[in-house]
Amino acid sequence: MLLSTLLLVVAGLASGSEGWSLPSLWGPDAPLIVGQIRAPRTLGAWLVGALLGLAGAVAQGLFRNPLADPYLLGAASGATLAVVLGLAAQALAGHYISLSAADLLSRAGLVLGAFLGALGGVLLTLLLSRGAQHTTRLLLAGVVVGVVLGAASDLVTTVAPDALRGKQWFMLGSTSFLGWDSVLLLSAGALVCVPLAWRLARALDALTLGIDSALSLGLDLPRLRLVLVVVLALATGLAVAQSGLIAFVGLVAPHLVRRFAPSAQGYLLVVSALMGGTLLLAADVLARLLIAPQELPVGVLTALLGGGYLLWLLHRRGIE
Amino acid sequence: MSALSCDGVRVSLGGTPVLNDVSLALQPGWTVIVGPNGVGKSTLLRVLAGLLPPAAGSVTLQGRALADWPARERAQRLAWLAQQGEARGELTVRDVVHLGRLPHLGLFTPPGPDDEAIVDDAMASTECSAWQHRPLQRLSGGERQRALIARALAVQAAVLLLDEPTTHLDPPHQVALVRLFQRLARTQTVVSVLHDLSLALQADRLVVMQHGRIAAEGAHDDPRVHAALESVFDHAVRVQRVGERFLTLPNLDD
Repeated sequence: MLLSTLLLVVAGLASGSEGWSLPSLWGPDAPLIVGQIRAPRTLGAWLVGALLGLAGAVAQGLFRNPLADPYLLGAASGATLAVVLGLAAQALAGHYISLSAADLLSRAGLVLGAFLGALGGVLLTLLLSRGAQHTTRLLLAGVVVGVVLGAASDLVTTVAPDALRGKQWFMLGSTSFLGWDSVLLLSAGALVCVPLAWRLARALDALTLGIDSALSLGLDLPRLRLVLVVVLALATGLAVAQSGLIAFVGLVAPHLVRRFAPSAQGYLLVVSALMGGTLLLAADVLARLLIAPQELPVGVLTALLGGGYLLWLLHRRGIE
Repeated sequence: MSALSCDGVRVSLGGTPVLNDVSLALQPGWTVIVGPNGVGKSTLLRVLAGLLPPAAGSVTLQGRALADWPARERAQRLAWLAQQGEARGELTVRDVVHLGRLPHLGLFTPPGPDDEAIVDDAMASTECSAWQHRPLQRLSGGERQRALIARALAVQAAVLLLDEPTTHLDPPHQVALVRLFQRLARTQTVVSVLHDLSLALQADRLVVMQHGRIAAEGAHDDPRVHAALESVFDHAVRVQRVGERFLTLPNLDD
């Protein structure tokens, strides 16, 4: 996996709007194009994938369900609503402030808004489920929050149709806006989330024996669940804020790790993060190259590849 | 002072009374809880383990109310084995048995040589050392059960509560488990729910349950316990002495 990641990093640095070109790595425009555009995008895409892979593994361990994904607790719908509200406000404010100021405000505001929206969605889920004591209640609350906030987003776009196109781009996911500031934020998030999840991995191990068995081992499950939900929300919120709703990476990465390297949760969490990073980077390079000089939304590609993989898995299991 | 006791315990599940005024004092030794399906055996075990708070009554561990024990300290003294079926995931047998050391180590302390030795002993006790690196999911039901029993043993608790520990085990391993419980019972309090009445009659004491109450309680050779056994199972079984031991036989007479 390390080798494929390294190759993908090189591919990411050499892939641009004119397609694949190794000489572009040392050409006269390299410091600008590679250093300021492709390098942060490549690293950022890997970090977004890593955070989603980690969040997916945490969600699947926490809910003891291999179909759980990072967006289950309202992070996606919360972030979408915040972005839609931001876009609607931007359309309104655009009439009163200069174009460059509006652009700067909108970029910074949308990233922050999406992050806070994701955290707000999870917080609302926690409030509705009265904490993290019961996983079923937590899951149901997550579904309700997803539906209600989704409806609220639709309502805003009905009133302010200008926000519709931006919402669509956000929901498709994109890595094209990732800069060095994003890489810095995502790295900081990964440095907090991965070690924290690693430290709590034995609680997830105990949960594989069942909730009663985990309780009988003296674990304070309500508090541990809460910390894990915070890790989940933080990792998902950071990823979503930087690149929109990228589908399937968080769901598929832990599946791939379990299939090819089954292990205890500590290893599973870390390798799922690495796998998530590799998957998204591969999808990002493909998205840049497939129809160059045009670019595919990377979320469309991850959904197609991830969905295809899960269908293949179902088919194989059916045969076995 | 009893190792573990309950007094006047009442439990209702979904509005239906399951345990009705149950009192029990458990001493070091092997006690088996028996009774027909649905009489509240597993519920009583969960109450004794502190996993289900009773609607009324109290549970006491080593002279202190169970609810007053900090969770980790309680877990060091009280090990619990669930009915099989819940365990999932990709953990190996050794990983699973290691979880038995969690109450002593907590989440953040890595296991030391002593813990490794305890894990090795626990696996040797249930004969699962040979496949300790295989994932639990890829074992047969009986092998998985032996790994889960080893996990409970690795806690090294003063009280062991085991819900149907012989499930899926073949006769040689059932016999080995009975011998293990008899050995542990010299120093520990072992409480198990069993459906095999002949195995149950090898325990030190039997608790016979019916309709959420204790119908009889006593030593394995107590005629009152034998009479209660035959009665609660509607005389479908007969207790019979074979040499030094008591066994049950199916009553096929009209």
